[in-house]
Amino acid sequence: MATSPLFTNLDQIFMILRDWLAGFMPAAFRPAAGVVLAVIAIVCVFPGLFALTTVFERKGLGRIQNRLGPNRVGPYGLFQPIADGIKSLTKEDIVPFSANTVVHFLAPLSLVVAVFMEFAVLPMGRNMVLVDLNAGLLYFFSMSASTELSVFMAGWSSRNKYSLLGAMRAVAQMISYEVVLLLSSVSVVMIAGSLSLPKIVEAQNSYTGIFPHWYIFTPWGLAGFVMYAIAATAETNRSPFDLPEGESELVAGYHTEYSGFKFALFFLGEYLAMFAISGLGTTLFLGGWSAPLSFLTFIPSWIWFFSKVMLSIFVFIWMRGTLPRLRQDQLMNFAWKFVLPFTLLNLIVTALWRFMGEGWLRWVVCTAILVVAYVLMGRVEMRSEHFGPRRYRYAE
Amino acid sequence: MTPVFYVLAALTLAGGLATVLLKHLVHCALATTVAFAGLALLYLQLDAQFAGFAQILVYIGAVAILIVFAILLTRGAELPKDGVFSRTWFVGLVIAAGVFAVLGWAVLESVRAVPQQMAVPAVTVREIGIALVGRYVLPLEIVALLLTAATIGAVIVAMHEKERPKP
Amino acid sequence: MTTPLAGYLLVAALLFAIGLAGALTRRNAILVLIGIELMLNAANLNLIAFWRFGPHPELLTGMMFAIFSIAVAAAEAAVGLGLVIAIHRHTNTTDLDKMNRMKG
Repeated sequence: MATSPLFTNLDQIFMILRDWLAGFMPAAFRPAAGVVLAVIAIVCVFPGLFALTTVFERKGLGRIQNRLGPNRVGPYGLFQPIADGIKSLTKEDIVPFSANTVVHFLAPLSLVVAVFMEFAVLPMGRNMVLVDLNAGLLYFFSMSASTELSVFMAGWSSRNKYSLLGAMRAVAQMISYEVVLLLSSVSVVMIAGSLSLPKIVEAQNSYTGIFPHWYIFTPWGLAGFVMYAIAATAETNRSPFDLPEGESELVAGYHTEYSGFKFALFFLGEYLAMFAISGLGTTLFLGGWSAPLSFLTFIPSWIWFFSKVMLSIFVFIWMRGTLPRLRQDQLMNFAWKFVLPFTLLNLIVTALWRFMGEGWLRWVVCTAILVVAYVLMGRVEMRSEHFGPRRYRYAE
Repeated sequence: MTPVFYVLAALTLAGGLATVLLKHLVHCALATTVAFAGLALLYLQLDAQFAGFAQILVYIGAVAILIVFAILLTRGAELPKDGVFSRTWFVGLVIAAGVFAVLGWAVLESVRAVPQQMAVPAVTVREIGIALVGRYVLPLEIVALLLTAATIGAVIVAMHEKERPKP
Repeated sequence: MTTPLAGYLLVAALLFAIGLAGALTRRNAILVLIGIELMLNAANLNLIAFWRFGPHPELLTGMMFAIFSIAVAAAEAAVGLGLVIAIHRHTNTTDLDKMNRMKG
């Protein structure tokens, strides 16, 4: 039933649409027209998802905090993004008098450009990747690293102590957790044997019985996914790692001095970065566009990809509403003293998994090593807390 | 020469010139980032994709941020009263111009000896990986040691000295 | 028409000269380090250009050299900037024209 022509056409419907539209151009322009159509699709779909996510976040956070979210604009408040968009477009664009105007203007632009370029290598369905780069994963991380500099530019150019502090904290946090992000992806690359994202999804697309071969269902994959999720939350400055932009701590951190459309661009950039990193996590650990059970492959592949991404976004919103914020030094301690050593150990366990051959032995050994290491490192971390009488330091 | 090459070369050289000529240090650091980006695009044009993306990741994602942090930690954001160019700037300029003259002459004179167009080498990341643990395993291990030593050294050099308790 | 090798080499030479001028004519120690980074990048461009147009590109020598050079340059930038920060803490200046004594 999965191979009947109706379902394969439904699966490839966007490719068929693109080829039909590009067929209107003369033959020399068809590849370029195909690429332009795919880019237009990405630029329309992901900001549309961003609009939906803002309203889901506010409703979801409201429900977690025992209140209703926005419910005035449209049925159940679903047209709220339109109202938000009109508001941010018509607000006055205030630039501080002593701010560095060129850098102040370029910061949100460079953030949004770098984040949009991350979407070029994500495989959103069968055959649905914009560019199949050989070093696709490396390209994704390069674009992600470029966003750090725009955060700094935003904070520094505003000539505001709160902005500068927020920017320095954000950059320090992003640099620390980027190492973790890279290392947890390296274990996936070791097993899949390629840096190209469509090939990584292909390696996870097989089934034993009805269960899929996703990497999250292996011990090293689960540990890697948890570390990746922690690092992804910290990279995008989401709760519980959102000290750089916490409203109660730092006014609004590095985007304090931005108003109107530029603030909307920062907001858009942050949520799109969340989508891109969830998309990458889905591709690396959750099997990308492949279906969870082998008899469900008749449902189109792009539906699976976007459901998994929206599930990750839901978990992000859930964490934001539930967990308290971490202090900056607690966050950095956590990164360098627990998450990074655990990820390095995960690399060794992945190598052990690869070279041990099939069978139940490698499951037992790998799980045992990871659980023991987790418990031991947790003890070491917790032992350095001094729970004694408080000491105060007064300003002299 | 293709127009893309002209644009990229102009971008890189403009970034480099802006680095040297601008007064405010943070603007210089951002102009350096533009030069790094231009160079990464030139590597991509030369079919060295791994080197290009590694350049963006390492230089723009790490070295540029390091430079900016150092500028902020050393109060470089204030302009010095004596001007930004040192007293002996003319000699430096003459030396740099001399170096460029010699290099340019060497390139233009010897260009006949090098073949101009070769077939595009199809380099996959797999080949780079095999080369790294095969032929270049010794440099790889030495670079790992070097990076460890540099990390520890930089932390120790820049660390605050411990306050000795006053007797 | 594809770009000849001389084009890339001239760009690299010019960038090297600009980096050298920056390292020799500016007062601030951090700008000297930035000039050194530009010089290293120009040398990397030379390496990659010669790898692409040279006789045996399948041996990957030029690209490997450039990748190791990127790694070493990053390490050297870290140590150099650490030194500048330490000197600033000691003498409260980063002006190279003022650092002309060995007495601390």
